[in-house]
Amino acid sequence: MMETLETTPSQTVGPFFAYSLSAEQYGYPFDSIVNDVLVDERSPDERIYITGKVFDGAGAVITDALVELWQADETGRYRKIPIDRKNDGFTGFGRVGTGTNPDGSFSFTTIKPGSQSGGAPHINVMLLMRGSLHLLHTRIYFSDEINDKDVLFSSINAGRRNTLIATLNYGNGRTEYHFDIHMQGDRETVFFDI
Amino acid sequence: METEIKDNDTQPPHFYPAYKSTILRSPTKPLMLVKDFIKDLSLPVFGESCIGEFDNDLTKNAMKDRQPIGERIKVAGKVTDQYGRPLPGVLIEIWQANAAGRYIHKAEIHDAPLDPNFLGAGRMLTDKEGGYMFYTIKPGAYPWSNHYNAWRPNHIHFSIMGHQIEHRLVTQMYFPGDPLFEFDPIYQSVPKHARHLLVAKFRMDWTEVEFALAYEFNIVLNGSKRTPFE
Ligand SMILES: [Fe+2]
Repeated sequence: MMETLETTPSQTVGPFFAYSLSAEQYGYPFDSIVNDVLVDERSPDERIYITGKVFDGAGAVITDALVELWQADETGRYRKIPIDRKNDGFTGFGRVGTGTNPDGSFSFTTIKPGSQSGGAPHINVMLLMRGSLHLLHTRIYFSDEINDKDVLFSSINAGRRNTLIATLNYGNGRTEYHFDIHMQGDRETVFFDI
Repeated sequence: METEIKDNDTQPPHFYPAYKSTILRSPTKPLMLVKDFIKDLSLPVFGESCIGEFDNDLTKNAMKDRQPIGERIKVAGKVTDQYGRPLPGVLIEIWQANAAGRYIHKAEIHDAPLDPNFLGAGRMLTDKEGGYMFYTIKPGAYPWSNHYNAWRPNHIHFSIMGHQIEHRLVTQMYFPGDPLFEFDPIYQSVPKHARHLLVAKFRMDWTEVEFALAYEFNIVLNGSKRTPFE
């Protein structure tokens, strides 16, 4: 057994991350290397939009959270080549703070991911906020997919699986999925120990 | 399949009521252990073109007509996994208050001056040896509303994104000997024996003569589920 180093402790992202991590979205004079769009602007693939809110244990909308998405492309493969300044093609990675929409919602533009080796399509979510001493991991699954075949999904306590399902909604004339995150309560989102 | 949070004894708990915002914002149910399902999940890799010329020099990257006010410092270190192996190409993003303890953030209400020549944001990629280095200004302490007369110790926020899912960490770096440590619930949330891991070391031998003091802050990312030679 090799001797190991102690891992650096986690600390909260705090309330003031925006001018570094999501500066353009918030209008600070620093450019952003990632934003709310995970696809190449020029690609013809059908867009989906993922929107939602983050709620605290009292049911209040959290307006200083940071949501990151990381997903595979339509064939189920994650981008391996470095993301560069030109944002060339599908990046699969997005980042949005909940402090700029008046209703505290987040919204991402992407494509539906594919899946490999029998899993269901999903998007990895990383969540940060003031009041959370850790980065939290969860996943978005889709309401119009067969999710029970997915080994991770089907091993979640049956009563809580729906907390990871984004609901399809064509209401605004586009393919939107609604995905709320609840920190606590009856609908507390399932978070992962990675 | 849901199991208790693993006992990683350098990490703070999720619920730490002395830090009041955790009360309504921390999960109440155990996290689900997923390492058997999520094997070798990568994170995005960022290319050098993402990093601007002065992105790692906060004394220059927002300079308008003069140098920012404050004590110029160098903050440098290495990013490794738990086996001490250097992690190259890791994206490090930082942010901090200015020398007066004021953040440029719009929601910041502390009545201390902004510095027109200082933004407080920077980023870079680690080099082949996992090394990084920022020039900046030593941040000031600032008050917050957690409890009566609450002040945060001087700190720099770090966001670190390695190349696999376990290697995403957000943390804060502190300065040695800060008298506010014993009053700060965010710092105190970390188990006592592990708090030193968040405190940079003063490095006289890294200082630049008549230019900048220097601090070393090494970052060890959690790779405990991988053996080094599998
Ligand atoms: Fe801070």
